[in-house]
Amino acid sequence: MTIASDLLRRTPLHALHLELGAKMVPFAGYEMPVQYPAGVLKEHLHTREKAGLFDVSHMGQAFLSGDTCALERVTPADVAGLKEGMQRYGLLLTGAGTIKDDFMFSRLAGEADFYLVVNADTKEGDFAYIAEKLTGAATLTPRPDRALLALQGPLAADVLERHSPGISQLTFMKVARAVVAGHAAIISRTGYTGEDGFEISLEDSKVERVARILLNESEVLPIGLGARDSLRLEAGLCLYGHDIDESRNPAEANLLWSIGKRRKEAKDFPGAAQTLNGAPAIKRIGIRPDGRAPAREGTEIADKTGRIIGKVTSGGFGPSLNGPLAMGYVEYAFAVNGTQVDLMVRGKAMPAVISPMPFVPHRYRR
Amino acid sequence: MSEVRYTDQHEWIRLDGEEATVGITKYAAESLGDVVFVELPASGKAVSAGGEAAVVESVKAASDIYAPAGGTVTGANTVLEKEPSKVNEDPEGAGWFFKMKLNDKAEFVKLMDADAYAKFVETL
Repeated sequence: MTIASDLLRRTPLHALHLELGAKMVPFAGYEMPVQYPAGVLKEHLHTREKAGLFDVSHMGQAFLSGDTCALERVTPADVAGLKEGMQRYGLLLTGAGTIKDDFMFSRLAGEADFYLVVNADTKEGDFAYIAEKLTGAATLTPRPDRALLALQGPLAADVLERHSPGISQLTFMKVARAVVAGHAAIISRTGYTGEDGFEISLEDSKVERVARILLNESEVLPIGLGARDSLRLEAGLCLYGHDIDESRNPAEANLLWSIGKRRKEAKDFPGAAQTLNGAPAIKRIGIRPDGRAPAREGTEIADKTGRIIGKVTSGGFGPSLNGPLAMGYVEYAFAVNGTQVDLMVRGKAMPAVISPMPFVPHRYRR
Repeated sequence: MSEVRYTDQHEWIRLDGEEATVGITKYAAESLGDVVFVELPASGKAVSAGGEAAVVESVKAASDIYAPAGGTVTGANTVLEKEPSKVNEDPEGAGWFFKMKLNDKAEFVKLMDADAYAKFVETL
């Protein structure tokens, strides 16, 4: 099926993407830049070497007011224990305890309301679900009037400091209201690349001006969704709808670290009994193919006797790794680093090894 | 004297005497983006017109390369295994994929010539 481009939504940076020569593709109901003239390889390597600017305005932003701790009804994260000025990663769970989405939530200093960011493709469903489950306790207000930029890479802090003096004091997973180039923003020291960097939420009418100012810095290149995907895969980060979805629970997804200690002890989240009941049947792992051929999503994983033991959920080529890499699920007994497996690529068994993630070390500024 | 023809799947084929060389067009290379891996056919492999003959992978995705005409593979550009970026740098020259002997030259003749292919690309 082809979706007519006039049915696709656009971010406030659409005209800028075209001006920069982006190749636009449909993604999550939006027309988004998959790459700019530099191309995916250069964009990826530039982000790891200097700084890249991403338009992630398609993602869902919202505020939660009232009894914000009621968010614990739908996430196993420790919401009540989140300190002021901090952001945290959480899973949004279905009633059965499987993964409905992953998201970020923040407690801004001196503010009662929480600030949430959810995935683009799932935002309408997530917002309706959260609103319904928290009825009577808290009110969710989606903010489609806000745009979102990500500035990622080892020089991101130097660049942003020029336009938001003092911002480099913010360390990893911290969040604050700040001013960028004269405009009010919510800035967190987070991202989806494994690099140091920031996510910058702005009023949609201000984002183009700020994006142009950042792109005008010599260290910064615009980066498309193609490199965003290869960067996050090298960093071992999940892509919702591929590596995690409603068929997986947090234990299978190897995301138990995102469940608060208090929540694990209280077992007070959907599906807790099953999720915390010993080893899962399957588990998410990293995979390094021995050769040069990438194994794409859907590739079957076999043990050395040829029995199918799992499937690749994200796979491709890592420009910084200079080789192929993949993420997938295998039977629990095989989910051990160093285990030799075969990837069934075009009917041939291609040797590969279950490998630790991230594939490329994180370089967060803690 | 060599002749070059093109397919609507964006392969080119150049006939020099008895042997033909096959690759992907500049348009195809640009659409794929950075090529990171190629899988080449073995010598002696029989291929049919429009049948799968090789694989090219960019950072983004894998694509099949089809044989423009039926015949037998006589050699492959193994340089691409170590330097797949040659496909982007010189798709219609050093970035060739494989050589083949044609079964029937008529299959070659009926493919698009350079002018027809240029017009075809304009419609895309």
